[in-house]
Amino acid sequence: MAEIRINRVAKQFGKTHALQAIDLTIADREFMVLLGASGCGKTTLLRIVAGLETATAGQVHIGDRRVDQLPPKARGIAMVFQNYAVFPHLTVYENIAFGLRMAKLADSEIDKRVNRTAALMHIDPLLKRYSGQLSGGQRQRVAVSRALAMEPDVILMDEPLSNLDALLRMEMRAELKSVLAESNTTTIYVTHDQVEAMSMADRIAIMDQGHIVQCDVPVEIYRNPAAHFVGSFIGNPPMNFLKASRVDTGQWRVAGATLSGPGSDKNALDFAIRPEDITVGEGPLQAEVRLLEPLGSHTLLACRVDNTAFRVIVDSDTSVSIGDTLSLNPMADRVRWFDPDTQLAVPS
Amino acid sequence: MLGSGRAFRRPLPGRVSSHETALGHVHTRAPDSDAMNSRSLPYLLIAPALLFLAVFFLYPFSLVAWQAFSTDEGRLTTEHFADMVGYWKFNDTLRNTLWLAAIVVPIQLVLSLLMATMVSKMQRGRDMVLYIWTIPLGISDLAAGLIWLAIFEQTGYLNSILHGLGLIEQPVAFLGYQSKLTLFVAIMLAEVWRATAIMLVILVAGIGLIPKEYNEAAEVFGAGPWQRFRRVTFPLLKPSLQTALILRVILAFEVFAVVIALSGTQFPVLMGAVYERQFVLRDTSVAAAYAMLILAISIAFTLLVLWWLRVPKEARI
Ligand SMILES: Nc1ncnc2c1ncn2[C@@H]1O[C@H](COP(=O)(O)OP(=O)(O)O)[C@@H](O)[C@H]1O
Ligand SMILES: [Mg+2]
Repeated sequence: MAEIRINRVAKQFGKTHALQAIDLTIADREFMVLLGASGCGKTTLLRIVAGLETATAGQVHIGDRRVDQLPPKARGIAMVFQNYAVFPHLTVYENIAFGLRMAKLADSEIDKRVNRTAALMHIDPLLKRYSGQLSGGQRQRVAVSRALAMEPDVILMDEPLSNLDALLRMEMRAELKSVLAESNTTTIYVTHDQVEAMSMADRIAIMDQGHIVQCDVPVEIYRNPAAHFVGSFIGNPPMNFLKASRVDTGQWRVAGATLSGPGSDKNALDFAIRPEDITVGEGPLQAEVRLLEPLGSHTLLACRVDNTAFRVIVDSDTSVSIGDTLSLNPMADRVRWFDPDTQLAVPS
Repeated sequence: MLGSGRAFRRPLPGRVSSHETALGHVHTRAPDSDAMNSRSLPYLLIAPALLFLAVFFLYPFSLVAWQAFSTDEGRLTTEHFADMVGYWKFNDTLRNTLWLAAIVVPIQLVLSLLMATMVSKMQRGRDMVLYIWTIPLGISDLAAGLIWLAIFEQTGYLNSILHGLGLIEQPVAFLGYQSKLTLFVAIMLAEVWRATAIMLVILVAGIGLIPKEYNEAAEVFGAGPWQRFRRVTFPLLKPSLQTALILRVILAFEVFAVVIALSGTQFPVLMGAVYERQFVLRDTSVAAAYAMLILAISIAFTLLVLWWLRVPKEARI
């Protein structure tokens, strides 16, 4: 059992508040992705769980032990570093064996585990090589093998794929996911790549400026963003937002049209809709097409609605040209509303 | 030296031929001649330095070497070496020099490694500590010897303090000819104090070059402070260690002014013997033989250090 519980963890570097009262529970064997823009505190949180950084406040539990006062090696974790940190002076074999030797396992056991994890990551022909003789992708596999060989309760990964080219990244994504699923470990995986997050995670924790804004399964994050930030961060292209003002209870004026929405007594809300949740034809919103991006499977239209940038995804067969005015119909059950003051979602 | 001499000659024909190619086949062979040019360029650029070295170092050096191996009539001979080895103080001289190096250098190695790891771990005041530790570097070795003389001599600080504390009745002759051991210890201390910083500076720079992630990875994978040093920092520091040790070992065999200041001639060392032969006994040939011996020892230990701290080519960062 290796549930990770992070309670009110905060971290300050001088005057910088890198993390502010983080609460997060990661279930046993769960694959949790920390997703957020660069500088939002993902690495800091991961390093606090690893024990490479000390929290200013708060507690970390792994399983039923409180670990925030323990050194990294006593926490039952293994880590894959962003730049791999594969030791250049050791062979691949010795790199994978490093932690096992530190744990004073018998040579036969070490040999068994090194060979097994190397085979799992398809680097068994490279065992005698040095890190300098490997490609980035191979080095990455060594780093993962080294972590897996420890058979740890928890594996921590800090942007492990960010230094690989796009094709290799896609391949490794699938491979890592299946290997980790079989290894029975709890995983915290840091990335700034939302595709990586969506495709690998059991749950995603979205971070922004030292806070966790939302933590949920990928589909929920995508469909029901808990905050304006999540909607504008997730999705490529992200959600469209328009200003809405109250006409009557449950009636809102959006870009000159009246739409039904939440029965809130606020005077203004933000209306939000994803680009693919809009049909073109009869509809309340008038959009002027500014740009066409045919992407093969679909076409992306960059429009303006109510003097605001507004993107629409249409079928590639749709005939539109720049300068056209379209009538857009947002799918009613996909429309979301946010409070402009708190930035939080308002249930409709 | 021989190697660089050859490197000096090799580029010249290469340069000429590339020039000809460039002139003769400008259109067809242009990329080729470019490659030739860029290959010979580095040699061209270091040629002046090599020339300087040849005129002001290799030439005088060969004169000294010739002197050590030849008679006045110009015959080859080993008699100067026989003279050197047969001298009654020779065994003492050689033994003193080797012992001093054998004890001082390891102490300095350990000290400078300790100090360098400490400095590298410091968050604040790091530069300040480094400056203070490197002050002895700015002092000449004779001055350093004199400072330690002021401490250890019969009317020196140490005697004053011990007397002031009532530990001794009479001043002790720490540097007298009867007290070989304290003399040795005093010279050792002065050498350690004077020349550890040169290694420290090189090692601090070397440690700074090792990415922090390697140590963190070692920590996560269960290595304690000692294991991290032994299995990560030390192996990755080998290139810097090589430089520091070679520099230090060579200087250790050339120890001179500190010894003279503290002991006069009571603690004979090789460099002192060179001085004595050249300027006191006016026996240039034997002085040259001593110089050759020091060179041979330095080369031998340099090779030893290179072998001990070798890193396989594929295992370098
Ligand atoms: N060692 C440090 N000293 C000072 N500030 C730091 C340190 N590490 C991180 N920070 C700051 O903390 C914030 C979060 O950094 P980090 O956790 O590395 O972000 P991320 O991994 O999400 O890009 C940033 O503003 C960064 O500048
Ligand atoms: Mg980071």
